[in-house]
Amino acid sequence: MDQILFLLFAGIAVLCGINLVLQSHPISSALSLVGVMGALALLYLQLGGEFIAAAQLIVYAGAIMVLFIFVIMLLNAGKERAVPRYLWVRWAGLPLLFAFIAAMAYIVQRILPPSGEVKFGAFTLGSAEAIGTRLFTTYLLPFEITSVLILIAIVGAIVLARKEIE
Amino acid sequence: MSIPLVIGVPLSWYLILSAILFTLGVAGFLFRRNIITVFMSIELMLNAVNLTFIAFANKLGQNDGHIFSFFVMVVAAAEAAVGLAIILTIFKNRQTLEIDEVSTLKN
Amino acid sequence: MNYLLLSLIKTAVVVGVLMHTLAYLQWIERKVIAHVQLRVGPRRVGPHGLLQPLADVIKLITKEGMMPSHVNKVFYLLAPFIAVTFALISISVIPFGPIINVGGVKTGMELTDLNIGILFILGISGMGVYGVALAGWASNNKYALLGGLRSSAQMISYELPMALAIASPLLILNTLSFRQIVEKQSFYYFGFIPNWSIFHSPFPQIFAFLIFVIAAFAETNRVPFDLPEAENELVAGFHTEYSSMKFASFFMAEYANMVTVSCVATLLFLGGWQPPFPVQYGSGYIPVIIHLIAALVCFYHAANPARPFDRITLPVFGVLFLVIAGVFLIPVLQPVLLPLFWFGAKVGAILFVFIWIRATLPRFRYDQLMKFAWLFLFPVAMINLFATSLAVALTAK
Repeated sequence: MDQILFLLFAGIAVLCGINLVLQSHPISSALSLVGVMGALALLYLQLGGEFIAAAQLIVYAGAIMVLFIFVIMLLNAGKERAVPRYLWVRWAGLPLLFAFIAAMAYIVQRILPPSGEVKFGAFTLGSAEAIGTRLFTTYLLPFEITSVLILIAIVGAIVLARKEIE
Repeated sequence: MSIPLVIGVPLSWYLILSAILFTLGVAGFLFRRNIITVFMSIELMLNAVNLTFIAFANKLGQNDGHIFSFFVMVVAAAEAAVGLAIILTIFKNRQTLEIDEVSTLKN
Repeated sequence: MNYLLLSLIKTAVVVGVLMHTLAYLQWIERKVIAHVQLRVGPRRVGPHGLLQPLADVIKLITKEGMMPSHVNKVFYLLAPFIAVTFALISISVIPFGPIINVGGVKTGMELTDLNIGILFILGISGMGVYGVALAGWASNNKYALLGGLRSSAQMISYELPMALAIASPLLILNTLSFRQIVEKQSFYYFGFIPNWSIFHSPFPQIFAFLIFVIAAFAETNRVPFDLPEAENELVAGFHTEYSSMKFASFFMAEYANMVTVSCVATLLFLGGWQPPFPVQYGSGYIPVIIHLIAALVCFYHAANPARPFDRITLPVFGVLFLVIAGVFLIPVLQPVLLPLFWFGAKVGAILFVFIWIRATLPRFRYDQLMKFAWLFLFPVAMINLFATSLAVALTAK
């Protein structure tokens, strides 16, 4: 059952990922990315990360991607222009990608012990309480620094996006 | 490659999925011309890395991985805000989103 | 009993009740607005227009599904599907009553009790914006595009005060599961003041409740924040190009979202299915009394009919109300019915406010809408959260 669910969600994620790369319209790509994020949220649930799954939905799919779609709609971004590519990119690109993935899969298979399987419900530290405790004790300093980072990002976004004063 | 007959999912499957997604992100980053799509490919790569974090957190029985991926999400949010503001400014100045046409520093 | 079978039965019950609620909510809305504006509202189909929802459903199903030639077909069809799916999914974690025992089977009155229930609702309702945004974009129509743009900007902006308003009662209640949220609001101060979040003693969450309700109006695109579908500026906003069941999907999604936010407000702030005063002071008799009053009103109007037709219909309603009042007196059914009654009453009250405001207030201008969110609602929510967390930290044992 676990394996079937994994294959289902992984299949969705990979198909949406391929769609992201192949579609020439940014809105299609953005929606494919939302699909990847949804599938990944479900995989996080399977791995016992309830809080991260919810955060993935709220922050990534619910806020960041809506912002992307908003900007795409605002700029009325059209289809990408087809550009002639170099010959070797057209012929060697896909095989190289496959070779890259195969090499990574091979290394992963060789390094990892075969017994390292993941069972649903075995991992219980992913609850909001456990994460919150860890976040506000061990990782308090990085957390505070992140808030400064966000402040900088807010100021930067406002400065960049404000109207030019002549 | 023999798949052991267990009920759970082998950890390596998650890592391979992460590798595939990361590679797709790299491919999108290299091949797409639209700035927004390139940006989204970066987000895909970040997501792939997050999956690795969560999978290893499960394997090691610690939730540090969850916290790291939480930080990745927060940083991605900040990055999206600034990045999209930059894209808006570029579009305002050049009226294009093609990344090849934004190759000069002066307008 | 088999978990799967039990879940299927509960799903069937919840879906059935929800669909009827959605259909009749629309009838209630039309009736209430009509009475606010001194009209009578729908009353042709069935007694007092009670069969109007059925007629509307038949009309919408049998209408021709138009597909304009200039739309982006995939996303045009996908958008109403997304909107209605995510609107209906979020009801699955809402508990309607306590854990009950039916024929030896113990089960909670909800589909599932997630320990991240409230985060789940936030995440799913955040996904609902894609339906609106996509509909606006795929329609390839300037009015629809403006509606979609407005909607996505509005929903991102109002999600912030909403999340902050949700966070402050959660600080007090210290859990994310809806069932535990309600159970922690179950006792009474001095024996009669309920420990609901809005009355919570050192720091009542009345501001959080108001912010939540205001943000909920914006999240569900209701008046006074219905900019995405403002008919006198944008024709019909994001669903200009939609007809038949595709339009009905957006309609259903809007009403389902209304029901969901009302349920969340009830669970978080108003104590869920807890009665407003303890059972030993006779709160169990309130539903009986209310239905008796309703029956008496019906009989009075039947005796002095405004229209000849009322002489036949109103006594029937009166008898129905009497029967319901009698059912509430049966001791076996009381542990099931009383929580449902209180939950339904609170949700109904909030839904009535939604409709009441629609009949009363004019629409915001777009810049006012954004200014209101960022310069008023957001700071107030922030201050409220600070004050609450300070109070929680100071009173922590």
